[in-house]
Amino acid sequence: MTRPTPDAHGEVSVDRLALAEELAGTGSASGPGEGARIAPPETAEYALRLGDDALVLAQRLGDWITRAPELEEDVALGNIALDLIGHARSLLHYAGSATGRSEDELAYWRDEPEWRNAWLFEQPNGDFACTIARQLLASCYWFELNTALSASTDPILAAVGAKAVKEVDYHRDHAAQWTLRLAGGTEESRRRMIQGVADVWPYLDELFEDDELVTRLAADGVAVLPSSLRAGTEAAIAQVFAEAELEPPAGRTAFTASGGGRRGKHTEHLGPLLAELQVLARQHPGASW
Amino acid sequence: MTAPAELRRASEPAEPTADELAGQAAFDELIAADSRIEPRDWMPEAYRKTLIRQISQHAHSEIIGMQPESNWISRAPSLKRKAILMAKVQDEAGHGLYLYSAAQTLGIGREEMMRQLIEGRARYSSIFNYPTPTWADMGAIGWLVDGAAICNQVPLCRASYGPYGRAMVRICKEESFHQRQGFEILLELMQGTEAQRRMAQDAVNRWYWPSLMMFGPPDDESPNSAQSMAWNIKRFSNDELRQRFVGMLVPQAEVLGVTLPDPELAWNEERQAYDMSEIDWTEFHEVLAGRGPANAERLRRRREAHEAGAWVREAAAEYARKQADRAAELAGAVA
Repeated sequence: MTRPTPDAHGEVSVDRLALAEELAGTGSASGPGEGARIAPPETAEYALRLGDDALVLAQRLGDWITRAPELEEDVALGNIALDLIGHARSLLHYAGSATGRSEDELAYWRDEPEWRNAWLFEQPNGDFACTIARQLLASCYWFELNTALSASTDPILAAVGAKAVKEVDYHRDHAAQWTLRLAGGTEESRRRMIQGVADVWPYLDELFEDDELVTRLAADGVAVLPSSLRAGTEAAIAQVFAEAELEPPAGRTAFTASGGGRRGKHTEHLGPLLAELQVLARQHPGASW
Repeated sequence: MTAPAELRRASEPAEPTADELAGQAAFDELIAADSRIEPRDWMPEAYRKTLIRQISQHAHSEIIGMQPESNWISRAPSLKRKAILMAKVQDEAGHGLYLYSAAQTLGIGREEMMRQLIEGRARYSSIFNYPTPTWADMGAIGWLVDGAAICNQVPLCRASYGPYGRAMVRICKEESFHQRQGFEILLELMQGTEAQRRMAQDAVNRWYWPSLMMFGPPDDESPNSAQSMAWNIKRFSNDELRQRFVGMLVPQAEVLGVTLPDPELAWNEERQAYDMSEIDWTEFHEVLAGRGPANAERLRRRREAHEAGAWVREAAAEYARKQADRAAELAGAVA
């Protein structure tokens, strides 16, 4: 057996690594050209929708850290949340460029009716199965969205989509693997997985709803028409369900299908989430952190 | 040589066997050469036990240490700070995982270590039993607590037990990032509004003494230190490390513009060391005995997460078992 010499790893200096390099991995919003390009107003509104989706779900997932069923899941869910914050920062930074607002002004100083996220993302975590069900729907949708977005005629949206799709691919795999384990594990885990899917399923339709703004932007190749993502998203979910022997539940309602998130109408869950997210920043107006 | 510790102990004769004498000689030689002991090498039972205790305590500290900081993830005051804090807490979970793995090479299971923790039979660093009432605590924890941890841990990269030393190399690199992000949080606060400066000074006041206590009791009251130093697990005494830490803090506090809350803190030219006030060891022993401000809260959170997640771990195990059965069936069908 070879034995490493005592100093095989050398001395570790506390100053050796550059902070900026390390921070690059935490979702810095300074991607190529992002500082320079100003979003046209309608594109900004579209970026805001996508950014709010990612930020709201990141805020939800952050709550699992220190509460997950095993340490590996503290790491995994934290990592997914971190990726989503990265997406949100790029998108909010770009959205804010249209009106001279920073990512933090958008995140911390907008009230509930100004948020544009879809309802799925603001739903409570529930138990681990419910979180996994929400992750499955969200990441299957995001995979389709970001794949299409990477071909956007808007260079910033295309760059965000191209970066995000690689990360979301892992999120989708994580959700699919856990769906299989929970659906095919014990009687209790199967019961909970079925319940989790039933809880989040009604919020799927809103993701595919077109409106005038997005239809105009899609015609210019800037945005992805939400209705065009339905087939791919549902097929990906159906594939996981088939292997997990789960049925897509009934329970779509006209009420949840039309949603309202894109128009600033939200379920009762967004308010408390924003109150917590924004409380400290709002106690110190004008402060920098 | 690889029998589990408890089996070997049960059958251990009063007189050492020839194998054990040879093992001890090889072990002594490796230690004398300042070389590494690896999992399959013979090692004295006391060395194994000391390491299991130290590494599992260290792992528990990382895991419990996630809590005071996770308290601010949802309320971090900017998206950049939120991302950094999340990454930091995630690193701590990762450190816990490496360290549990290192301890596992000594013959103890992770389930058993987790049980010891949630049943209150294992120790973890007392520092995490202090609460984090303000955002500035994120800065003070990074600067002072992670700073103290680095002083303790950099020498552990050379610890004689291979898996521990190697885990520490990676951990120390990440800890140094944690310390600087804490310093940067405080710097930003000290350059900010009056309320932010007060918040920063208040956090430094609360964390300074507990961070000095992280080095453990004074050398003349530290019963395990001598043996750990002889085994090349520990390289410097508690008081030496504490001095080194204070020496590092003083110039950094000047840059920050914070006051370290010790009126007697002064450089002593003659001793070439800092003079400081007596540490309040009564507080240290109270917190250590489980009567600190947040001991019960920290253990409760860990226990609740563990218990609430039991059905998930059972499902994963059951699913893996079914998959293995299916694979075996398929293999049988092919054969």
